[in-house]
Amino acid sequence: MAKEAAPMAADVLVEKRMVAISEELRCLVCQNESLSGSHAELAQDLRREIRKMIGEGKSDQEILDFMVARYGDFVRYRPPMKPTTWLLWGGPFVLLAGGIAALLAFLRRRARETAAPALSEEERRRAAALLDQSN
Amino acid sequence: MKRFLIPLAAFCVLVIFLAIGLTRDPRDVPSPLKDKPAPAFRLPQLAAAEKSFSPEDMKGKVWLFNVWASWCVSCRQEHPLLVAFAKEGKVPVVGLNYKDQLGDAKNWLARFGDPYVLSAVDADGRVGIDYGVYGVPETYVIDKAGMIRMKHTGPITPESLQKQILPLVAELSK
Repeated sequence: MAKEAAPMAADVLVEKRMVAISEELRCLVCQNESLSGSHAELAQDLRREIRKMIGEGKSDQEILDFMVARYGDFVRYRPPMKPTTWLLWGGPFVLLAGGIAALLAFLRRRARETAAPALSEEERRRAAALLDQSN
Repeated sequence: MKRFLIPLAAFCVLVIFLAIGLTRDPRDVPSPLKDKPAPAFRLPQLAAAEKSFSPEDMKGKVWLFNVWASWCVSCRQEHPLLVAFAKEGKVPVVGLNYKDQLGDAKNWLARFGDPYVLSAVDADGRVGIDYGVYGVPETYVIDKAGMIRMKHTGPITPESLQKQILPLVAELSK
């Protein structure tokens, strides 16, 4: 039963894989669109290439490599970890750590400043006297 | 006063980064093909379909490979510069007629001048994909060994020609 539906199902599968792969890729003509959503002619051509490669039995990784070899890491929405992209990947965490450090320093300083100052015996007596007076 | 110094410094750094960002062209994506062999192909020539062209044919020469199309507006912008440059005969310019109609392409060259020693016809854009073409016009500088040494995306300007392309060509031609 499953065999009879194979041609259609295979098409659907190819299409699904094509969409999944092309959603990972940037359209270089309209840079803020993914390859899957773009109507640019180049995007259509590249989707055609992806379909063809799926038909040839290429793996997702091979197809991604094909795109990166031609258009560079920039085509990938999730660029690989390597020395030139460390800042890109690590930057937000560095900023977060910096923010937390600044916050802690600020809280600690404020806690010190607002801590109740210790009163000497003499001062305590004066304070009590003043409070009594006002009552 | 001192407590404002750190945020102020951070703000200045941010402004500098953004200012640098503004001067850069987001469309100018570094090509991974730099210093790699020019992808091989064999395509028919525009002027004579029975003849073909392959980058192999240019081995031993420094040459420019310029991707163009008659439908491409920026190509018209760079074209007079290319025509003038080709007249100087410093370095051969080969065209790649990208996803174009034959008649349109021929008319276009007849009308605006033909700076190319020949143009190869990439009707379905398949070769363009191998060269990572995404915004015509694009120009590649290819050395004697057939390596891509530079890729220029977008129309060539007199400035990019004088400051980048020509010095590189001169160096490679040594």
